[in-house]
Amino acid sequence: MSYDWSWSIFLQPTLDGSMSYAELLLQGTGITVVTALLGWVIALALGTIVGIMRTVPVPSLNCFARAYVEVFRNIPLLMQLFLWYFVVPELLPEGLGNWLKSLHYGSFYMAFIGLGVYTSSRVAEQIRAGIKSFPPGQTNAALALGMTLPQAYRHVLLPRTYITMLPSLTSEMLAIIKNTSVALTIGLAELTAQARAMQEYTFHVFEAFTAATLIYFALNVIVVQLSRMIERRTANKI
Amino acid sequence: MSDLDWDVITRSLAYVLADGLGFTMKLTVTATLGGIVLGTFLALMRQSRLAIIRKFAEIYVDTARSLPLILVIFWIYFLLPYFAQWVTSAPRPVSIDAYTSAFVTFTLFEAAYFAEIVRSGLRGIKRGQIDAGYSLGMRYPQVMTSIVIPQAFRNMLPVLATQTIVLFQDSSLVYVLSLTDMLGAATKVAQRDGRLVEMYLFVTVVYFAISFTASQLVQRLQSRVASPR
Repeated sequence: MSYDWSWSIFLQPTLDGSMSYAELLLQGTGITVVTALLGWVIALALGTIVGIMRTVPVPSLNCFARAYVEVFRNIPLLMQLFLWYFVVPELLPEGLGNWLKSLHYGSFYMAFIGLGVYTSSRVAEQIRAGIKSFPPGQTNAALALGMTLPQAYRHVLLPRTYITMLPSLTSEMLAIIKNTSVALTIGLAELTAQARAMQEYTFHVFEAFTAATLIYFALNVIVVQLSRMIERRTANKI
Repeated sequence: MSDLDWDVITRSLAYVLADGLGFTMKLTVTATLGGIVLGTFLALMRQSRLAIIRKFAEIYVDTARSLPLILVIFWIYFLLPYFAQWVTSAPRPVSIDAYTSAFVTFTLFEAAYFAEIVRSGLRGIKRGQIDAGYSLGMRYPQVMTSIVIPQAFRNMLPVLATQTIVLFQDSSLVYVLSLTDMLGAATKVAQRDGRLVEMYLFVTVVYFAISFTASQLVQRLQSRVASPR
């Protein structure tokens, strides 16, 4: 291969001289992690609510929750981010829309909201599957002990659901980290975007992408280890 | 909000649906077929008696699955010219157009996901079936092609179809190579005419209609496949 490898490129300053390329990629990593985490908080909160709504004995809530899941699951993530970033501000009342468009970190806000809502539809399906996997005797026993239905969810069904669904929730968490890269299309300066920027400025494309690849591997390993730790701690609590 | 021009959709309908959606479909179908073939080989390699073959398939699948598709799109787009140079021993990197690169990327990337599906499908076939094949005097290729793979695929069909829907949605990511898939075509019209809202809402509806219909069909397929074997 006639490619000129140079790993010292990471120590060179970026065009504006404010930092080195290594720091640029680390900054991108930070943005990836923060966006994914904030998105995950939204995904877990909304996903739990919608997942519960799919299992409660109230037909109208079931119906709403099902529609929610179908809408956000059947539209590509990139399309959803474009809708949040380009379309939502136009459809809101003019003042609010202009305020949104003038936000300094607009792409960051829309990225974690969009990622969070997209992932919430997938989390909702996991929560629903978890709740449905218990025999109805679980809920009945809780009710017979004098719990109300919300209490049965809060103290019996949900804690067990989170524990049993931990492996699938972990893969959703891994997915949201990877999916954060889609937000580069609305201008989020996350890891892949910074690797791409480094490639454009230095032409050292393979060093930049190798570094990004290794960082994604590391993030994967960290999440998997955290999940195993939680699994060990909760192993005897089911 | 008040001055929306829905006419822009009818004006660009042929471009967005014939050119754009046409390419999206072509990419989806090619990558699905190529991905399933390659994925089946990877799944069989993971059962190999040779550790090096097993390990190769394992690393391939795990690497692809832990990277974002966008990063892989960039990797292959920049790597392919050097690879072509190496294959053809040309004096300098061979220029490869973004279309070819997209087809290669999606096939290679999705193969890792299909491989995992096929692997669990293969594991679902009982050992007794394979032993029965061998005791009838069949060899490994025969056992695989006439006993294991047909039954495994029948059971996997709904999951493979679901993965195809995911692939259909993911194909929108060729946006980063400025290709004219459905979203790319809509974006070009939207930017030319300044009609982002109309075009994006229209394409959203088309994406939703196709994915939703397909996923409903998969559910019906699932209940039929779930019949006793």
